Amino acid sequence: MAGMAAGLRLALYGKKTLVLERHSRPGGLNSWYRAGGYQLDVGLHALTNYNPAAGRDAPLNRLLRRLRLSRAALALAPQKESWILHYGAKLVFNNDFACLLDNAQARFPGAADGLRKLAAEARRHYMENRFFTGESARARLPEFIADPMLREMILMPVMFYGCAGQEDMDWGQFLIIFMSVFEEGLCRPQGGIRAIIDLLTERLERAGGELRLKAGVRSVITRDGAAAGVILDNGEVIEGGAVFSSAGWVESAALCPEMDPAGDAAAGAGVMSFLESIHVLDRPAAQLGLDASIIFYNNAPRFSYRKPDAPVDLNSGVVCVAGNFGYESPLPFEQIRVTHIANPDYWMLAPDKLYLSAKEEWRARSLASLPMDLPDFRSAITFHDTFTPRTIHKFTGKLNGAVYGAPAKHPGGDTPVKGLYVIGTDQGLLGVTGAMIGGVAVAARAALV
Amino acid sequence: MTADGIRQAIIQIISEIAPDEDLTGVNPDEPLRDQVDLDSMDFLDIVMELRKRYSIEVPEQDYPQLATMSSTVSYLLPRMESL
Repeated sequence: MAGMAAGLRLALYGKKTLVLERHSRPGGLNSWYRAGGYQLDVGLHALTNYNPAAGRDAPLNRLLRRLRLSRAALALAPQKESWILHYGAKLVFNNDFACLLDNAQARFPGAADGLRKLAAEARRHYMENRFFTGESARARLPEFIADPMLREMILMPVMFYGCAGQEDMDWGQFLIIFMSVFEEGLCRPQGGIRAIIDLLTERLERAGGELRLKAGVRSVITRDGAAAGVILDNGEVIEGGAVFSSAGWVESAALCPEMDPAGDAAAGAGVMSFLESIHVLDRPAAQLGLDASIIFYNNAPRFSYRKPDAPVDLNSGVVCVAGNFGYESPLPFEQIRVTHIANPDYWMLAPDKLYLSAKEEWRARSLASLPMDLPDFRSAITFHDTFTPRTIHKFTGKLNGAVYGAPAKHPGGDTPVKGLYVIGTDQGLLGVTGAMIGGVAVAARAALV
Repeated sequence: MTADGIRQAIIQIISEIAPDEDLTGVNPDEPLRDQVDLDSMDFLDIVMELRKRYSIEVPEQDYPQLATMSSTVSYLLPRMESL
């Protein structure tokens, strides 16, 4: 998404732009595929930053404007409500921030005031472009949220939706995701991730840019310490004045020897990844008594966000009920996606035969471990598919399938090589909206220099 | 290009930059930015599109002349007449 957004913005600046994708379909970490007769999304659970629909300062609107895309064309469907289930406690939130405030206040008296201050702090960081502060989110949060349990409950969705490191994250990044998820809210495009990808692809072509699929980059060419083009997997040489890599920092370093692949920027890379199962149902989830859009849950007193010893950490998870958003027309089929933190080493190294049976085993164990607050929907499943860190690595090249990249981020996109920029996960703004905002920002900086 | 042609060209450019804006009721003598949600980056995009499409360079000191639709058309008319 970062690559498409950066490419489109460069084409709009009148630059000769070529977007290269190794896979047969654009999108990278957020894409789609067909299986069992269904068109299934990968990556996207929900798009963040839904509110407000109007106003040029809103991040999503500002992004769409920069890319000259119509918000109306995405037909964004707002979430109904989402739940945070934590060790017996439950918080409900929707796209009206007051809902979270009321819910938190009822269970944790005095909490609303702190959450309001947290939102104001997040807004201030956003307006000042302070996305990274170098401080610990866990160290700063007690100033705003006194109750340790509420802290875990607020951290859980934020970490699941964009924490590259284990247990803790940058305070600035926490604030941006807090604002994006809780204050601005969640939605899904009527047509899923494909709606966004198709819109970007069509707009890129109209702006004079070119997209080439099945065209992987084997290496970056440098001349006198500056990027001068790329060599493709098939040996073809493409000259270019600037190269924007959405491969990730360590992954880009592997393509360009002048970047240091073992430097500090690589620390903690390839640690946090996920296992996700997609379940297609024969009836709407609401008919089974499930009305929530997204359910974040954790069954332990403290939320453990780290690489588990087991292949999959079933103590926590995220359940996305794609049909439970306010669509203009019903979706062609119902699906529920369940995501857990996974141990990349296990999945990357498993021999093929074991790998396939382990996928089946952990899919079944995942379904059996869902919280009691959810109805058992196993008898309604008509089709399922599971992907692992290995699947993510296979289709995106991300080290160990780490969807959020390395903990160290590079907001300006600069690398030690002049004219070579990182965009996407290791630039640092995450999620579909974040990746595109980051791509556009780095492209604008590079084009206007 | 006639004054009307230039007006159409401007509307075409703005509708590309801001696809969700309704441009039908734009008052030609009121500042565009009061009527359409355009920020300074959008404004630079308009200038860039004029250069890309019609090879017209608008120097920074002339930007105020692009405030309203009428002033934009009168500014561009001598520069686009021969197109």
